Amino acid sequence: MGEVTRLGEGLRAYRLIAGMWIRSSLTYRASFFLTLIGNLVVTGLDFATILLMFTQVDRLGGWTMPEVAFLYGLSATAFGFADLVFGSLDVLGTRIRDGSFDTLLVRPAPVLAQIGADHFALRRLGRISQGGLVLAYALTAIDVDWTPEKVLLVPVTVAGGAVIFCALFLMGATFQFVAGDAAEVQNAFTYGGTTLLQYPPTVFGKDFVRGVTFLLPLAFVNWIPAAHILGRPYPLRLPEWTAWAPPLVAVAGCALAGLAWRVGLRSYRSTGS
Amino acid sequence: MGAGRLYTAVAAGGFRRYATYRAATAAGVFTNTVFGIILVYTYLALWDEKPHLGGYDQAQAVTYVWLGQCLYATLAIQGGGVEKDLMERIRTGEIAIDLYRPADLQLWWLATDLGRSLFQMLGRGVIPFVFGAVFFSMYLPTDVVTWMTFAVALLLAMVVSFGIRYLAALSVFWLMDGMGVSQAMMVLGIFCSGMTLPLNVFPGAFGEVVRALPWAAQLQVPADVLMGESTPLRAFAFQAAWAVALLAAGRLLQTAATRRVVVQGG
Repeated sequence: MGEVTRLGEGLRAYRLIAGMWIRSSLTYRASFFLTLIGNLVVTGLDFATILLMFTQVDRLGGWTMPEVAFLYGLSATAFGFADLVFGSLDVLGTRIRDGSFDTLLVRPAPVLAQIGADHFALRRLGRISQGGLVLAYALTAIDVDWTPEKVLLVPVTVAGGAVIFCALFLMGATFQFVAGDAAEVQNAFTYGGTTLLQYPPTVFGKDFVRGVTFLLPLAFVNWIPAAHILGRPYPLRLPEWTAWAPPLVAVAGCALAGLAWRVGLRSYRSTGS
Repeated sequence: MGAGRLYTAVAAGGFRRYATYRAATAAGVFTNTVFGIILVYTYLALWDEKPHLGGYDQAQAVTYVWLGQCLYATLAIQGGGVEKDLMERIRTGEIAIDLYRPADLQLWWLATDLGRSLFQMLGRGVIPFVFGAVFFSMYLPTDVVTWMTFAVALLLAMVVSFGIRYLAALSVFWLMDGMGVSQAMMVLGIFCSGMTLPLNVFPGAFGEVVRALPWAAQLQVPADVLMGESTPLRAFAFQAAWAVALLAAGRLLQTAATRRVVVQGG
């Protein structure tokens, strides 16, 4: 019961702080829309690159353009949600360095909610919209025998992928307790992860695919469910049921990241400045 | 103190300042290496499908990827060089102090940025490049002359890169806030420099236009010089023309800004 009220408290704090930042960003409406559009364009560049590649070739790693767009849409949308919710976590290192993290500790609200909602940026909706557009295009363009099971798997994949990315963001934030200056390492896993998943698994070396399946469960964000929906061979010949594993992987990932966060938070020593 | 010694000292300061952040540098090396690995695999798949795309063979495509990772921070392709500090100084009004200094504003910041570039290349760029050369089959020239011409192309690329970012920073005199400009520079920088895909792969007239823009002088031209795909003189002429044009535009804008604009702050 205690955990549930704590979760409710956290969500409420998150909502209040995020609401404050939204109101503040909407004060300068023109600037807000400009940054929103900017965000959309910046994130659209990855897809422009893929389109450019397909002006030169018909297939990439054996996958067609709509199929790669499907991978892209799933990955970008899932990442977009995670980035909206937890994208601000990368300021943790800076806050630890300048001592302003201590302020969060004395406030009567869960620290994770406070730091997660810090500088909550509604402009990140740009990324979600852009990913969603590509996904919508891909869904109409891919050649699939749709069954109810496959239709249901699409939203489940996006939700599972979003939570897996959230766990990654949280892990990255926890790492900043150890090495505050090294916040950029987080980007290798989060931004690197979403970039990687925009391309078919057949493009990458086998050991590399093993690494991003078993060590860092990125393959569950889109590769495996997409292979199932498209009727393509699974990466690493994983069993058929793993297409529905993303929610399980997401829960396990969050549990692990949550545990790490608590340990990190408990071991935190202020810089004292 | 002679002007030469003054700006050398300023450049050394820029170098030392960035050398201070060791953990950040290590993190950057790691991130560039990871992105390099991802890009290399996608490029290999692309060149597998269409060999000699853009006039490169597979080994040259690999070189291009790792050179891109090496120059990413060196040339601040995404922004984040000294122009960030300059924008902040203009915004807060501290620029007034810089204008009082008995040194030229543009040269002062150019020297600082060259110092930063040199550090980012040695501290952050070389390791991913060597990693790429060790783990992937990469095309590398064997003669000293090519490496020397490449060094010249790199120096010119640094000046062009600064020229673009200096103009962006000066716009803050009128815009008051550099966020929008920085974002635009980031988009243009990543895409038009050929960070995501070599510019010689861009199709048709669009490709022609992109290859003529100043961003092409940053990664594409040094890469072509290194891989013997372009005659050095042609490359130098292209880079030098943009460097001069950008620095001259910067000087004009700087004069206009210091004459007409009221400095911020109280």
